[in-house]
Amino acid sequence: MENLDNLREEIIGSVRKAAGLDALEEIRVAELGRKGRITGLMKGLGGLDPEARRAAGAALNRLKDEVAAALDAEKSRLADRALDAGLERDRIDVSLPIRPESEGRIHPISQTIDEVMAIFGEMGFSVAEGPDIEDDWHNFTALNIPPEHPARQEMDTFYLPGEKDGHRMVLRTHTSPVQIRTMLGRKPPLRIIVPGRTYRCDYDATHSPMFHQVEGLVIDEATHFGHLKGCLIEFCRAYFGVDDLPVRFRASYFPFTEPSAEVDIGCKREGGGLSIGHGEDWLEILGSGMVNPKVIENCGLDPARYQGFAFGMGLERISMLKYGIPDLRTYYESDLRWLRHYGFAALDVPSLVAGPIP
Amino acid sequence: MKFTLNWLKEHLETDAPASRIAETLTLIGLEIESVVDRAKDLASFTVARVIEAKQHPDADRLRVCRVETAAGEVQVVCGAPNARTGMLGVFAPSGAFIPGTGITLKKSMIRGVESNGMLLSEREMKLSDEHAGIVELPADAKVGAPAAAAMGIDDVVFDVSITPNRGDCLGVRGIARDLAAAGLGRLNPLDASPVKGVFKSPIKVHLDFTSATADACPYFVGRYFRGVKNVESPRWLKDRLLAIGLRPISALVDITNLMTFGYNRPLHVFDADKMNGDVHVRLARPREKFLALNGREYELDSDMTVIADNAHAEALAGVMGGERSGCTATTVNVMLESALFDPLRTAITGRKLALASDARYRFERGIDPAFLVDGAEIATRLILDICGGQASELVIAGAPPPPKAPIALRHGRVATLGGVDVTEGEIVRILSALGFSLADSAAGWTVTVPSWRNDIVCEACLVEEVVRIYGYGKVPAVPLPRDAVLPAPALNVAQRRRTLVRRVLAARGLVEAVTYSFMPSAQAALFGPQPESLRLVNPISADLDVMRPSILPNLIAASGRNADRGMPDGALFEVGPQYAGDRPEDQSIVAAGVRAGRAVPRAWEGPGRDADAYDAKGDAVTVLAALGLSVENLQVTMDAPAWFHPGRSGVLRLDPRKPLAYFGDVHPRVLAGMKVKGPLVAFEILLDNLPPPRAKKGAAKPPLQLSAFQPVSRDFAFVLDAKVPADAVVRAARGVDRKLIAEVRIFDVFAGGSLGEGRKSIAINVTLQPTERTLTEAEIDAVAAKVVSAVSKATGGELRQ
Repeated sequence: MENLDNLREEIIGSVRKAAGLDALEEIRVAELGRKGRITGLMKGLGGLDPEARRAAGAALNRLKDEVAAALDAEKSRLADRALDAGLERDRIDVSLPIRPESEGRIHPISQTIDEVMAIFGEMGFSVAEGPDIEDDWHNFTALNIPPEHPARQEMDTFYLPGEKDGHRMVLRTHTSPVQIRTMLGRKPPLRIIVPGRTYRCDYDATHSPMFHQVEGLVIDEATHFGHLKGCLIEFCRAYFGVDDLPVRFRASYFPFTEPSAEVDIGCKREGGGLSIGHGEDWLEILGSGMVNPKVIENCGLDPARYQGFAFGMGLERISMLKYGIPDLRTYYESDLRWLRHYGFAALDVPSLVAGPIP
Repeated sequence: MKFTLNWLKEHLETDAPASRIAETLTLIGLEIESVVDRAKDLASFTVARVIEAKQHPDADRLRVCRVETAAGEVQVVCGAPNARTGMLGVFAPSGAFIPGTGITLKKSMIRGVESNGMLLSEREMKLSDEHAGIVELPADAKVGAPAAAAMGIDDVVFDVSITPNRGDCLGVRGIARDLAAAGLGRLNPLDASPVKGVFKSPIKVHLDFTSATADACPYFVGRYFRGVKNVESPRWLKDRLLAIGLRPISALVDITNLMTFGYNRPLHVFDADKMNGDVHVRLARPREKFLALNGREYELDSDMTVIADNAHAEALAGVMGGERSGCTATTVNVMLESALFDPLRTAITGRKLALASDARYRFERGIDPAFLVDGAEIATRLILDICGGQASELVIAGAPPPPKAPIALRHGRVATLGGVDVTEGEIVRILSALGFSLADSAAGWTVTVPSWRNDIVCEACLVEEVVRIYGYGKVPAVPLPRDAVLPAPALNVAQRRRTLVRRVLAARGLVEAVTYSFMPSAQAALFGPQPESLRLVNPISADLDVMRPSILPNLIAASGRNADRGMPDGALFEVGPQYAGDRPEDQSIVAAGVRAGRAVPRAWEGPGRDADAYDAKGDAVTVLAALGLSVENLQVTMDAPAWFHPGRSGVLRLDPRKPLAYFGDVHPRVLAGMKVKGPLVAFEILLDNLPPPRAKKGAAKPPLQLSAFQPVSRDFAFVLDAKVPADAVVRAARGVDRKLIAEVRIFDVFAGGSLGEGRKSIAINVTLQPTERTLTEAEIDAVAAKVVSAVSKATGGELRQ
């Protein structure tokens, strides 16, 4: 038995010292192979008496198992080492940048339109549309702005050479003609918003010959000025994300509404910056009013029965205020640097349920 | 419209501070543009007297002055040439801020002489650019008194923006009336009692119109003055005009200006000695010449109204007086005109002649037709007071138009339209204060509208009057009632698709631009002939003179600008309108995009590559797929519009009659015409041509059917004529067995070389997906043989060995 202990020590020792998988294989063949030493000893058991043979056999089997286990363990250790060495060779420079990707953007005006639609959509408004090239009946006359009216003169209208039914073609100066098209085409109750392109012949730091408005129109038999206030206060607070945003209604004049109101929101000017919310100042952001009975009548509806409110808002203005975009004219320059900076991610889809993305 | 606090107080008895007046005006619809309180701005400056002015010992141009101020005598070194002993000036003590220079004064030594404070010029007070000398105050100014008061500029100046409906507030009295109604004081009574004429006017007035044109001037009130002296206006009158930015000219002219801004009653004064016979108000003769007070000659037409004598047009009605008969310092006899002119004709005249004036501004908004005589009487009193002389009896031609019919106001209407319960007493009080008179009727009131309120035409107008004066702020805000708890979708299919297209393209790395709907006609011409109906009559510039026939030119131009800024690589898209004509149906919505420069930039991994037509095709196909179209059925043809490269562009269709999208390289001639460097590829997706989504019964998707059997795939390479589209190979292979063949994918395309000129090789991988059992080799071989023969038959290609 002592001999076996020595043998075990010798074999395990050589296993540990083996240089590689080949050396291990040699050891296995030399010890456990058909002509191996341990195999030889097993064969030699035949000459012993049964008692001794059982005891020696058990000892030899144990030795055989131990050697096999040692060989396996060493083999897997060597394999690991070889893998590690291989992995080391596979090393890459993880500080290299990612492959070039181009990140697309959504224009601030589109994002603003999506935000406005999300809010008014919650209030039961649907989106209506009309053409950019209008005739002056839809753009002015039907809206109670007769020819030569000072309000028509002040609008800086773009004209086109054509006529339709004796009315000059113009680029719509506001989204309000869609009020007319909607009332002519559908029966009340109506609750629509109209985001879209509008045009005025004016270009300076605060005017662009093309800009965007969103129009709103509610027509039914009971909507009054209190509803106008409720709806627009709700909108302003939701859009600017200020729960207690002060909203002020001032008397004003639009030919197509009576009574008319301009709407201001509270703001604070500090150190050259502007913040929306409580403060000593007011910012005008939209015009509104109860639809003038004449306009309702011009659309073939009975003004004694139907009433409601309308409003119009400059989309560039509210997006400039919300997102701190300083210059109106930059909206249409298509400067990639500007679009990437002020634009929005493709998946940043406005939703009142989800709230703003973090 | 500018006015001063003291001017307002002439009409309104009030002790409200300027800030409250300003806030109230804004809330009731007379929006304040600015409030300037010069007394406050100039508060640290006082009247001082120069006791003695001596030459500075060391400087020729400086004087050393002993100055008597509110705080005692000080020594001031002054450089003004008019600084002299005994004069009264404006003194700024040490420590005062000088608005004109932005400097705070400090005690200083000037060439060795101590100086405490400063005597100011108008420029230093920031009143004007005048800096030739220091301000000289009148001899009656009191040393130590506020300088602003001594200069007559201590009045608060309000500037109010008046909406086009409120012509009546283009006079101070109208503003005062609104403020009184809003509870800020009491409207003072007006003294317009008649001045007795002491002779008959030697000049008569004739309204020379037919019944068709009588509206041009239905009513004219005149008065002749003799023996007047057209002196310089008194101080109070000059101060008033100066405060609102008008230049005092002479008493007669200044009085007409005072009437214009005080009462919204434009008047005109003619030098009667320069008039040739009676006054004739008539339409101008075609091409009649008129020399206006501004020194310019105008050619008139028969839409315009003139006030003429027997020889000439002496004034353009409602717009401007004439040079010939204008009043001067030597005027002795005067004809005063207080007339009513048609707003529309006045507006057209002014617009045609591009002639703006304070009178036109008022007449085109409509002035009070019942205030002609009162206006003449008030002006008469001022003329007699200031210029002396004698007034004739009034000369009256025509008559005021009949008053408008009263309007019914129902008791409950303020609540049902205005949304607020205002007591009947308060409704009556507000309307009465604004000049309306109310008579009770069965359901409410019969309301007579005051003559100056031509904007009030219906019941809603009355509701507005009540609510705006009562206060919009007091109307309770009410949420819009909901028909249903949850709203219906706000967008229709087309709108939803547009929103989705934007997000899909942005997710593919394109940046959304929004460009003008108009563009330069020279560039539009590169995109086909332009209808004249889309050429703007009054473009903002020659660069933006036609409506765009396509979005692409604007995006190409934007790419060029970005390249010029050092960003040659970039992808832009826009979803918006393009125009084929001026009818509503000519406007269509298109999603267009361009990719310029490198699609994959040079990076550490490789050299990258330029954008090519397949990138643009990818954009178009991805969008169509995202919109739910079966893109595997798309047909591709090579008949894209002429602005695309004829050999590197395509059209996508499902229905052969309706193109859905164009894609490809932009034609080099277009790029050259726009001075933009390529490579540049583009796509245009004609969203309006898309078929509507298939009607579905609910949102359920068809059940997923997965096969339990292994798919197998085989590769084939065909050599064929280079002109055969790859698509034909794929279609032929797919057509062999639509059930079994799950996918046909092109994995190699190779042309020329060993194949010879005009030949190419296309290699496809065909995937077979059995659904009932595993395929045998024999079955697979049979399908493969069918693929080979189908492709050969369809394309003339042969299997490459």
